[in-house]
Amino acid sequence: MSKISMTVNGKSVSGEVEGRTLLVEFLREDLKLTGTHVGCDTSQCGACTVHVDGKQVKSCTMFAAEADGAEVKTIEGEANADGSLSVVQQAFQDYHGLQCGFCTPGMVMAATALLGKNPKPTELEIREHLEGNICRCTGYHNIVKAIMAASGQDVPAVAAE
Amino acid sequence: MPKDGGIGASTKRREDVRFLTGKGRYTDDINLQNQTYAWFVRSDIAHGTIQNIDTSDAESMDGVVKIFTSKDFEAAGGIPCGWQVTDRFGQPMQEPKHPILAEGKVRHVGDPIAVVVAETLEQARDAAEAIDIDIDELEPVLDMKAAIQDGATKVHDDLTSNLCYDWGFVEENREAVDEAIKNAHHVTTLELVNNRLCANPMEPRVAVADYSQANDEYTLYTTSQNPHVIRLLMGAFVLSIPEHKLRVVAPDVGGGFGSKIYHYAEEAFVTHASKIVGRPVKWTSTRSEAFISDAHGRDHVTKIELAMDENHKFTAVRTDTYANMGAYLSTFAPSIPTWLHGTLMAGNYTTPLVYVNVKAVFTNTVPVDAYRGAGRPEATFQLERVVDKAAREIGMDPAELRRLNFIKPDQFPYDTPVAVTYDTGNYHATLDKGLEMVDYANFDARVAESKARGKLRGLGLAHFIEACGIAPSNLVGQLGARAGLYESATVRVNATGSISVMTGSHSHGQGHETSFAQVVAEMIGIDASQVDIVHGDTSKTPMGMGTYGSRSIAVGGSAMVRATEKIINKAKKIAAHLMEASEGDIELKDGQFTVAGTDKSVAWGDVTLAAYVPHNYPLEEIEPGLEETAFYDPSNFTYPSGAYICEVEVDPDTGKVDVLGFIAADDFGNVINPMIVEGQVHGGVAQGIGQAMLENTVFDENGQLLSGSFMDYAMPRASDMPMFDVDHSCQTPCTHNPLGVKGCGEAGAIGSPPAVVNAVIDALQRGGYDVDHIDMPVSPSRVWEAMNK
Repeated sequence: MSKISMTVNGKSVSGEVEGRTLLVEFLREDLKLTGTHVGCDTSQCGACTVHVDGKQVKSCTMFAAEADGAEVKTIEGEANADGSLSVVQQAFQDYHGLQCGFCTPGMVMAATALLGKNPKPTELEIREHLEGNICRCTGYHNIVKAIMAASGQDVPAVAAE
Repeated sequence: MPKDGGIGASTKRREDVRFLTGKGRYTDDINLQNQTYAWFVRSDIAHGTIQNIDTSDAESMDGVVKIFTSKDFEAAGGIPCGWQVTDRFGQPMQEPKHPILAEGKVRHVGDPIAVVVAETLEQARDAAEAIDIDIDELEPVLDMKAAIQDGATKVHDDLTSNLCYDWGFVEENREAVDEAIKNAHHVTTLELVNNRLCANPMEPRVAVADYSQANDEYTLYTTSQNPHVIRLLMGAFVLSIPEHKLRVVAPDVGGGFGSKIYHYAEEAFVTHASKIVGRPVKWTSTRSEAFISDAHGRDHVTKIELAMDENHKFTAVRTDTYANMGAYLSTFAPSIPTWLHGTLMAGNYTTPLVYVNVKAVFTNTVPVDAYRGAGRPEATFQLERVVDKAAREIGMDPAELRRLNFIKPDQFPYDTPVAVTYDTGNYHATLDKGLEMVDYANFDARVAESKARGKLRGLGLAHFIEACGIAPSNLVGQLGARAGLYESATVRVNATGSISVMTGSHSHGQGHETSFAQVVAEMIGIDASQVDIVHGDTSKTPMGMGTYGSRSIAVGGSAMVRATEKIINKAKKIAAHLMEASEGDIELKDGQFTVAGTDKSVAWGDVTLAAYVPHNYPLEEIEPGLEETAFYDPSNFTYPSGAYICEVEVDPDTGKVDVLGFIAADDFGNVINPMIVEGQVHGGVAQGIGQAMLENTVFDENGQLLSGSFMDYAMPRASDMPMFDVDHSCQTPCTHNPLGVKGCGEAGAIGSPPAVVNAVIDALQRGGYDVDHIDMPVSPSRVWEAMNK
């Protein structure tokens, strides 16, 4: 067991972990931040996507010990300071970019990272960026629309009434 | 309409806020005090005899609480099957025992043999590694046709063969169909495979059980689409726990697509083990484990023949299918290739004679059961493929051949030759709408444009019919269902007028908390925010059958409407008393009760308060309180239909297929929340394109699963999908449920696979290639091989 400490969503945290403990396990089991999900065991699905030192990372591909001293942001730290939804979160709701919600935290973290480096991505750039995030519910249609809308681009209304 | 959304409004989903902020509560997020962790030891051999299970080393390892084998479940029943099919000779299907943990034999890779329960997950996993299992390998049974030959190795030694049943439908028409095909002007024949799929909801299955010795009660938290069904099956048939001592909770569930309908061994295991070890027991599936323990879908091998006369009118359809059951019968497995498949074989057409034969076969593979669409995609795929092939053989436009044979709008209600009566539909309208959306008239110009870039463009059409909300219960009972297929709702009005609806339906992505509230709000005329939808807990909701088969709004929504009608009727009595008027004169609009022809009114909240503070109340006539329950048992299925059109481009050098566009023009009857309905279609179409182009579940010759992870099983990614163009403006409301709704959950997955394959065949034939079929998935290698055969 080794002692680690890091900043998670702006708060200093520490804990004792085994060498094999994954970052996602530390977040979910030790810190009880259960918004970060585990959908596979081969680093394919992206449900566990978080930001480590500002970079998009699958928290199942990183040992907790590797994040010692790092600044980590999870879905629980994504909303605005007043508790309102962030622009990306709000766009996902407005454009029905989620159904069961399980892949959603990873999708939101991936989308936020994309817009951080590419403020006006094309549809193709969005689809390529989401290569490592699987959604089984939406067919990606409304996720792509939500991300385009979050970047301030015009997208068609959500549905004809 | 309520200002925050009634029927027909694209109300934003209230459940989204918790999902978007990481505050969802999925089963794996539940951790109980003092809980232990279960790790399943599963067979890595497809078929074999267990000689010995040596747990001695593992038992002494750190943290091990107890190691379980089948000996610990001798008093328990097997996992039950919920549907008994009768074969075409009048005999019941063969039904093998499905033990919780393997007894004597292992029958598929993934069959659970032993379980370690330990203090931590890591300790359980480490100890599992130290269990030594000695298995004598037997020949695996894999090929369905070989499996039912005389002398074949048997999956279950106590059965007479590997044939579960040989089903014929409609058996009385068998000879007439043979005769019609013999005498037909033209017969089109197609042999095809409906590929085995894994549902793969993004949340793997989880089960956490807690036995309380103090009051002899069990609580099971599980990833289920239907917690009451799990309570009934597990309580009554497996563990002998009466319902009042067993609570099943399905909290936020991360997708199901059918795979979370069934009662699984792991649920019974943790429930029983929790009592034995005296502590909560938690099991969380890994994705690798999901691939070998979640029920799979599809896996049919079919030959279909379509006969037509000299006027191109269909005269008969005959289809022979081998349906893979896997090693055991999953909960609803026998019903999928039979009643959910055979009854759809008339499609949208006036074909007078249909005969469906299905041989269900046991093999040493993971059990197969319903996956989004369940039987209906298998029916639609073969029918819409053979119709397309027939059109090409006779040189007719595929849309025109369909139109010629469609049931006409004035022929409804329409009695099909496969036992079902379609209440409403207008297939000409949806086809015309789809063709308008795809700009059919200018397709040739797009073909030329692709050709100029060295690509082959094709357009594929499919027109599907679906049967949703399977019912009524007395009919399904005759067909072999061991359950009713009604739905329930309790509408509890609170004293100040807000409402809690307890529904037997379950949402695992469908947005019931939003759309169901829209219906009740509309009926009463209050804000939807005043209505709360409660689901997924047997201690809170009335006995209900859950969510699958696109039944939630058609059956569960109808139950909610019936209960709300009872509420309104009682509230009108109270309002009549308060306004000293005749009950027959009371009207309810926008949350106000008025007396017709007067200016008297009383608000909804005043009436509800009077019901709970009955000082001025007709106590001699009605009871206080305002809470009503309804159980709704539909009189018929509902029949959504639609035109699905796919446009593809094939690279002739590599065989790679790109989906350029996808159009869905559906008739779902009335629509409650268009945004949610369109989202359901998007997801279904993506799964259908996934089946057609990417996904395949493959076992090798030893019964090892080759596609056992997301690295090997090609889940559709964002870059595989186009933007979809969906429409639901063609509406022929259902005539036999109060909302006029038909259901939309599965349509996308039903209509899309034949549209994709038809488009690929169209592209190849337009390019001069003599290819009339490619099995799914139409991968580059398969397409290239077909082009270069």
